[in-house]
Amino acid sequence: MFRRLGLIVGLALAPLAAQATGQVSDFTLENGLQVVVVEDHRSPSVTHMIWYRAGAADELPGQGGVAHLLEHLMFNSTDDMEAGEFSATVEANGGSDNAFTSWDYTAYHQTVSADRLGLMMQMEADRMRDLVLVPEEVETEISVVLEERAQRTDGSPGALFNEQMSATYFRNHAYGRPIIGWRHEIQNLTIEMLQDWYDLHYHPNNAILVVAGDVTPEEVRALAEEHYGPIPASPDIASVESRMRPVEPPQNALRRVYYEDDRVANPYVSILFPVDDTLVDDVRSAATMELLRAVLSDSDFTSVFARELQIENELSLFAAAYYSATSLDHRPFTLLNMPVPGRSLEQAEDDILAVIDEFLEDGIDEEAFNRILFQWEASQIYAQDDAAGQAQSLGATLTTGFTVEDWENWLDITATITTDEVMEMARALFAQDPAVIGYLDRPAPDADETEEVSQ
Amino acid sequence: MTFARYLSPLLAATMLAAPVTLPAPLWAQAQLAEDEMEPVDAIIDIQLVTSPGGIEAWLVQDNSIPFMAIEMWFDGGGSIDRPGARGATNLMMALLEEGTSELDSQEFAAAQEGLAASFGFDTYRDEVVVSAQVLTQNRDEAMALLRGALVDPAFDPTAIERVRQQVISGIEYDLTDPDTIAGQTFNALAFGDHPYATSLDGTVESVSALTREDIVAAHRSALVRDRVSVGVAGDITPEELGVLLDDLLGDLPVADVPLPEPAEYSAPGGIELIDFPVPQSSVIFGNEGIERTDPDFFPYFVMNEILGGGGYRSRLNQEVREERGLTYGISTWTALSDYIAMHQGGFSSSNDLVAEAIDVVLAEWADLAENGVTEEELEAAQRYMTGAYPLRFSGNSSIAGTMAAMQADDMPIDYINGRNERVMEVTLEDIQRVAERIIDPETLQFVVVGRPEGLEPSN
Repeated sequence: MFRRLGLIVGLALAPLAAQATGQVSDFTLENGLQVVVVEDHRSPSVTHMIWYRAGAADELPGQGGVAHLLEHLMFNSTDDMEAGEFSATVEANGGSDNAFTSWDYTAYHQTVSADRLGLMMQMEADRMRDLVLVPEEVETEISVVLEERAQRTDGSPGALFNEQMSATYFRNHAYGRPIIGWRHEIQNLTIEMLQDWYDLHYHPNNAILVVAGDVTPEEVRALAEEHYGPIPASPDIASVESRMRPVEPPQNALRRVYYEDDRVANPYVSILFPVDDTLVDDVRSAATMELLRAVLSDSDFTSVFARELQIENELSLFAAAYYSATSLDHRPFTLLNMPVPGRSLEQAEDDILAVIDEFLEDGIDEEAFNRILFQWEASQIYAQDDAAGQAQSLGATLTTGFTVEDWENWLDITATITTDEVMEMARALFAQDPAVIGYLDRPAPDADETEEVSQ
Repeated sequence: MTFARYLSPLLAATMLAAPVTLPAPLWAQAQLAEDEMEPVDAIIDIQLVTSPGGIEAWLVQDNSIPFMAIEMWFDGGGSIDRPGARGATNLMMALLEEGTSELDSQEFAAAQEGLAASFGFDTYRDEVVVSAQVLTQNRDEAMALLRGALVDPAFDPTAIERVRQQVISGIEYDLTDPDTIAGQTFNALAFGDHPYATSLDGTVESVSALTREDIVAAHRSALVRDRVSVGVAGDITPEELGVLLDDLLGDLPVADVPLPEPAEYSAPGGIELIDFPVPQSSVIFGNEGIERTDPDFFPYFVMNEILGGGGYRSRLNQEVREERGLTYGISTWTALSDYIAMHQGGFSSSNDLVAEAIDVVLAEWADLAENGVTEEELEAAQRYMTGAYPLRFSGNSSIAGTMAAMQADDMPIDYINGRNERVMEVTLEDIQRVAERIIDPETLQFVVVGRPEGLEPSN
C-alpha cells in the first residue's frame, strides 16, 4: 500500500480533528547526521531508527552479501558491549529491536518506552563507530546467514525465479545480485571485507536518524547532539555522487527465462518492462507510474487486470503489476499473470499483453480513477495510526534520492495528476518491448514415463 | 481473497527486499499465541458499551485521527464445519466480499473503494473474524455496506466457482510448502478426530464437492449474534457505537450448531519424518500446554519466554542460533486454542544440520525439566514482559483486535491492571513445578519435513 504521506490537503476529505499525530520535523547535526521526527503522542512509546545510505547495490563485485552480513554482526561486540548485549539491553528495557538490509540502505531500529530513547541512542552511536569484529562470531554468523538464505530463497521456487529474473534484467547494475548474496559468495566473505565495508559507510554524515512517537523535536535534538553529535563526519563521504553506480545500457534485446521446479504449485509468467530517466525523473513522473500500477492492479475487483483477467473472462487466478518509486536507481515495471489451471503460460503471456493493448485503446475510467485518488488521500489518515510505519516510509524515501519535502508533497502532487498523464505514461512504457519474460513452471512429465504409458 | 500470501517471496524481492536479523514468528499460526492477545497499556481506558438491543462491545475512544477500527470475533470458526463439508466456513468467508443481493461483486467493491473503507473477512479454527477501518466522514455508509455483506451476501454461483478455484489453488500451494506440511502433520498426529486434526481450508476433494447450500448453511451457523465479541477503537462515541452495533449485528440469527468438544491430545512423541525434496528441513515440535484458567498459567507463560519466546536471549535462540549457527530462527509459543492448550515451537535447518539442532532442543528440554531456570533469567524475562506490555499495542486496529480477542477468550475487562503483577509474582519454584509438569523430552513430538541427514524416525 502507498504510504508516502505528508500533510493533509482537504479535497473531499474532512480536516483532521486535532494535530496530535503526524507532525514531521527535520534538521541536521553539525557532523552531517540528518534527523527526522514524527510526533505521535497517543501512547508513551517511541521508534528509533538509524538508516545508512549503503546497501547491497553498493557492494564491490565478488563481495555480494557483505552489507547484510555486517548488519547481522552489528548485534555482536563493540568496544563497550559484549556480543548480544545490545539486544539483551533493549529487551531488559521492555523494547524490541531489529534491522534490515535492502539494495539501497541498511537500517536498525528499536521500539521502546519513550523515556528510554537516550539509552537507544547511546548504544546505536556506540556501534556506529566502535564495532569489533571477532573471527569466531563472523564464522557463526555466516552459518546463520546461509540458513537464512536456505529459508528465504532456496526453499522458495518463487524467490529463486525472481533472483534469476533480476540477474537477467540488470546486465551492469548490482540490482542484478540478490541482497543476501549468492551462496558461494556468502561462504567466502572475510573479516577484512566486513571491516572495509563498515569503515567506508558507517558514519554520521552517511546516516539518517528517524524518531517517531511520543517525543518533541527539541527533545530529539538534545539527545541526538549528546549521543551522535561527538562522532566526527567522514571526509570520504562527499555527496550523493559517491554512490554513483554502474549505469545500465539501453534495453534492446528481449531475454527469456525458463525456470522449472517440482515445488511450483501454480505456474506464472512475469514480464519486465524497462524504466529509465526518460520515463521517471522526478516525484511527479514517479507518482504517475505508481498510479498506472494502481489503475492496472490495486483492486482485486475493479482494477483493469482483476476485471479483464480474473472476473469477466476467468483467464487468471491472479494478475498484478509491480512498481516501486522508492529505489535509488531505476527498477523495471513488472507484470505477473498466473493462469487458471488448463491455460498455458504462453496463453497467459498473450492474455495479459492483450489486456494492456485494450487498455491503451480504451483509456481509464474517470470514476475508477477518482476512487483511487480518494483512497490514496484517505490512506494518509489511516497511516497516522502507525508512527513506526511513517518512520519506515520516511527512511526508505530519504535513502532513495528523495527529500523530506518530496515525502510531504508526494500526495499533493499525486492529487493533481490526470488520467491523460497516466495514459501518456502507459503509452510510453508499453511502446517499448519487454526486456525480460520469464516462466516459472513445473517440469514437464518425464519423457521415459510418457513413452511407457504410450506403449 | 488475494494471492498475496502465496507470492510473498516474489513481492518481497520485487518491491522492497528486507532480510531481517531476528526472525518473525516462523509459522502463521492458526490461532493467536498469548503474546499476540496481550491487552493494552493500563493507561488506555476501555469502556463497556451495551447497545439498546443488548449487544456488548469494548471501546477505546480516541478522536485524534478521524477514523475508527472495529473487529468482531464470532466463536466457532472453521471448527464448526458440518460433517462432509470441510472448508465450507472458510470458502463462505472468502465470498462475503463478493456482493449482496443488491450489489454485484464489482458494485460492492466500487462502493467500498469509493468510501476508502477496508474490510477483512478471515477464518481461524476457533472463530471467524470480521474487521473494518472506516473514515468518520462516511462511517454510516460504510457500515451499511458492511452490514449487507454480513446479513445479505449474494453467494452468486459464478463467484462461488471463481473463489473455489482460488481456495483450491491455495491448498495446492500448501501441499508444496514444507512449513505447512509440518504443521498439518503435527495436527493430524495430535488431535485424533477433532476438527483441529485437519486444515480448515479443507482438501481439494472436500472443497470441490461443496455446494451453494453448504455455503449458505455455514453462513447461517458462523455469523451469529450470540457468539460475537466486539472491539472498537478510534473516533466514535459510546452512544454512536450503540446504534451502530444494533444496525450492524442486530439482524443476525442466534447459534444453530453446538461448539466443538475439547480435543484430546494423542501424539505419541518422538520424531515423525516426512520425506520431501528440499535443501532445508522444516521442524515443528510440541506437547500439551497449560490453559489460561489454570493456576500454573503465568509461571508457564514466563517459563516459555525464557525457553523460546521471541526474544534474543531465549535459551533456544542462544544455543541453536547464536552459539552454533544451526538456524536463522527458532522460537516456542503458547498456543491457547479454545479446545486444547498447546506448547509448540519450530525452526528450519539445512538437512545436514537439523539432527544436531534437534539434539540441542532435546538437551534444553531435559535441562529445563531437571534444573528449572536461574534467578537472573527469571528477572530478565519479567523485566522484558512487564516493560514491553504497555508498548505492545499502538494504533486503533490492533487495539480493536486485542479487545475482541480478550472477550472471545473470556478475559475480564480489568485483566489489564493485574497482568504485570501476576507476571512479577512468578517464582523460581513456580517455574520448577511447571517445568516438571509439562516439560518432558520423552513425550515431546517432532515433525521433520525434508531430507535430514543422520536422523531416524522414532516411535
